[in-house]
Amino acid sequence: MKNWGFKISQPRTIDFDTADLKEFNKLIEKVPSSKRCLMCGACSATCSASNHTDFNFRKCHLMYRRGQFDGLAEELNKCMLCGKCKLVCPRGVNTRAIIYNMRIFLNDLNYKNIE
Amino acid sequence: MNYHPFILPFSIGAIFLFVVIAFKFFIWIKNLDRKQRYFVNKNIFSFKTIFAVWEIIREALIHRNIYKKNPLLGYMHMSLAFGWFLLIVVGKIESSFYAGTFFEEPWLAIFFKYFAKEQHEFFGAAFFSFAMDFLLLIIISGVLLAVFKRFRSKFLGMNKATKHNKFDRIALASLWWIFPLRLLAESTTAEISGNGNFLTGSVGNLLSELPVEAMELPVWWAYSSVLCAFFISLPFSRYMHIPTEIVLVFLRKWGATIGEQYSGLTDLQINSCSRCGICIDACQLNFAASIDNVQSVYFIRDTRYGNLTDDVANNCLLCGRCVEACPVGLELTLIRQQLRNKTEIPGKHYFDYTKAEISHNKADVVYFAGCMTHLTPTIIIAMKKIFKEAGVNYWFMDEDKGICCGRPMRQQGYIQQSKDLISKNMRLIASSGAKLLVTSCPICYKSFTEEYVFDIPVMHHSQYINTLLEKKLIKVNNTGISMVFHDPCELGRGSGIFEQPRKILKQIGELRSCKIEQENSLCCGGSLSNAVIELETQIKIRNHALEVLTESKPEILATACPLCKKSFVHGNKAKVMDIAEIVANNLNSHSNNCERKQKSSNEQKIVLEKN
Repeated sequence: MKNWGFKISQPRTIDFDTADLKEFNKLIEKVPSSKRCLMCGACSATCSASNHTDFNFRKCHLMYRRGQFDGLAEELNKCMLCGKCKLVCPRGVNTRAIIYNMRIFLNDLNYKNIE
Repeated sequence: MNYHPFILPFSIGAIFLFVVIAFKFFIWIKNLDRKQRYFVNKNIFSFKTIFAVWEIIREALIHRNIYKKNPLLGYMHMSLAFGWFLLIVVGKIESSFYAGTFFEEPWLAIFFKYFAKEQHEFFGAAFFSFAMDFLLLIIISGVLLAVFKRFRSKFLGMNKATKHNKFDRIALASLWWIFPLRLLAESTTAEISGNGNFLTGSVGNLLSELPVEAMELPVWWAYSSVLCAFFISLPFSRYMHIPTEIVLVFLRKWGATIGEQYSGLTDLQINSCSRCGICIDACQLNFAASIDNVQSVYFIRDTRYGNLTDDVANNCLLCGRCVEACPVGLELTLIRQQLRNKTEIPGKHYFDYTKAEISHNKADVVYFAGCMTHLTPTIIIAMKKIFKEAGVNYWFMDEDKGICCGRPMRQQGYIQQSKDLISKNMRLIASSGAKLLVTSCPICYKSFTEEYVFDIPVMHHSQYINTLLEKKLIKVNNTGISMVFHDPCELGRGSGIFEQPRKILKQIGELRSCKIEQENSLCCGGSLSNAVIELETQIKIRNHALEVLTESKPEILATACPLCKKSFVHGNKAKVMDIAEIVANNLNSHSNNCERKQKSSNEQKIVLEKN
C-alpha cells in the first residue's frame, strides 16, 4: 500500500467514569488554582521549552487531569521551571506549582532529605 | 572532702551533657564535605582562629547583633549568657583560691556557699563574695525580662515570639528556675551561717521568719535537680545553640560555607539556631500574608526533629530577609535549597532538545536577556537602544530559542538538571568569544556569578549602564523626575549591588529614599522560589511592598528586575519602569557627535579590559 505519511490514529476516547482522578484530586489539594484553568494555552505559547520541542504544558495538564500518565513523567522533565507560564496566565493559575507537583507525584526523582 | 549527695543530680546531668555533645560534634565534624574540610585544614592554624575567638566573645557572649535589633532584648540575652559565663569563671576562681588548688572538686564552685560556710580568709574573699552576688543579680534581672517577654514580646521589640515545642518548654522552665533557686539556696545558707553578701544576705534576712534550717537542704537539692533537668534537656532543645554556635563561628571564620548538598555543616547550622524568632518578624509571608508556620525558625526546627514537610520547605520566597536579620548568621536560604534537593540519576541528560551548542556570532559583548525579560519586551528594546547608542558590538544570545539560566531549577532542588542547562549556556557563551556578559535579569545574574565558571566578567545591566555613563559612552538628560528605587532581592541582598542603580537614577532625576530599602528591601512577591503560595497571597505581599515603596508618591517606581516590574505593574500604584527603560527614554542623543563615535570603539575596549 502506498505510504501517504498519514495513519489512522488510535481512538482517544476518555471515559470519565473509569478515568483515574485520584491523582488530580491530590493536585487540587496542593494547587487549588488548577481548578481555574480554562485551557487557553497562553502558557504553552510563551513556554521556553515549547520553543525547542513539542513540550506542551496545557497538554500535560490535561493528560494529568484525565489520568493518562503514560510517558507523562518523561515529558515533564523537559520543563525548565522558568516560570514564564505562571506570569502570562490570564486566570492566575500557579502553573509552575502544577508542573512541580506533577513531577513530584509522578517522578522517581524525589526529595533526598525529606520523608 | 566537700561532698554531699545533693551534688549527684548535677554531676550526672553534666556528664550526660558532655557525652551527648561530644558524640554529636564528632558525627557532624565527620560529615563535613570535602571543601569544608579543606578550609578547616588550611586555616586552623592561622590568624583567622584569633578572629573567631573575638567574634565568639562579641556574638556568643555579648550578643552585639541582638543589641542592634533591640537594646533590651540584647541585654536580656547578654545578662543570661555573659552573666552565667562570668558566674562560672569567677566561681571557679573563687573556689580555687578557697581550696588553695586549681584541682579542687569540680562541683565545689557550683555549690560554693554551702561548702564554704565559715568565713574563710583567702585572697580576695570579700571581692569574690560581692562579685558573685552582683552577677547573680544581673542574671536574675535577665530571667525576669525573659519571663516578661514570654507574655509581652512587643515590649522587647518583637512582634511575634516563637511557638515552642515540648523539649523547649522543659528546658526553658528549668532554665528559668535555676537562678531563683540558686538565690534561694544561697540565701538560706547565708541566713544560717552569715556568709552572704548584699543580695544573698538581704534575701536571707527576709527569710529569717521561715524555718531556714529545715529549708536549707531541700532547696540545694532543688537547685541541683533543676540544673540536672536543664543539662539533660539541653542537647535536645533550642539551647543546643550554646555549644554549637561556638564551633560554627570557628568553621565560618575558617571559610567553610554551605554547599549544594546536605553536610555536617548544615547540621551544625541547624543546631545553632536559638529559635529566638527574629526571623519571624522579618518574613513578609508573616506580616503581609499572615502565614506563620513556615518561617526559617520553624523550618529549621522541623528539619532538626525530622518532621519537615515539603509544604514548609517550598513555602519560601528565598528573598533573604531572614538571613539579613539572623543574629547567628545562618545561611537559611541555602539550607532551604539543600532540603529541597531531589535525587539524581547519574549520566542522564535532560535538555538534549536544545540544538544550539556553538555560536556563529562573534561579538565583544554577549547580552542574555533572560526568560523573564522576554515578558517585558520594553526592557529589551531599551537595552538595544542603549547598545546602539554606545556603539557596542553585541550579540543578543537568547533573542530566539534561548534557554533558562538554570537557577529556577537549582532553587527547586533539581541540581542535575540545573547543571545541564549551565553547561549548555556556558559552551554557547564561550564559543562567541565575548569579553563581557550582560544580563537584564538579577536571577540570571546571580546564577552566572555563582554557579557558572567563566573567565569573562558578568554584569547586570544596571552595572553595565553605570559603566557606560562613567566612560561617557552614553549621556543622559536630567529631567528632575521623582523616583524611588526598589532593590530586587537577588540583585541587592543576593549580589550586593546597591550603589550602581542609584548612581544612574541620580543622574536622571530626583531619587527619593524609602522606609525599607537596601539590605532590608521588600520582595515583590513574584519570587519564583515559592512553589506553594497562590496568586492571592502574592498580591497581598506585592500590595504591602508597593505601599511602602510609593509612600513618598514618586512619579516613577524604578526597579532593575523584569520579574519585580511584572509584579508591580499590576498593582497600579505608580508607573513602574526598569532602569534600562528610564535611561533609554532619557538618552541625550543630540550630543552624540562624530568624535564620541570614534572614541567609543577605543573606550569600549578599555571598559572590557578594566573588567
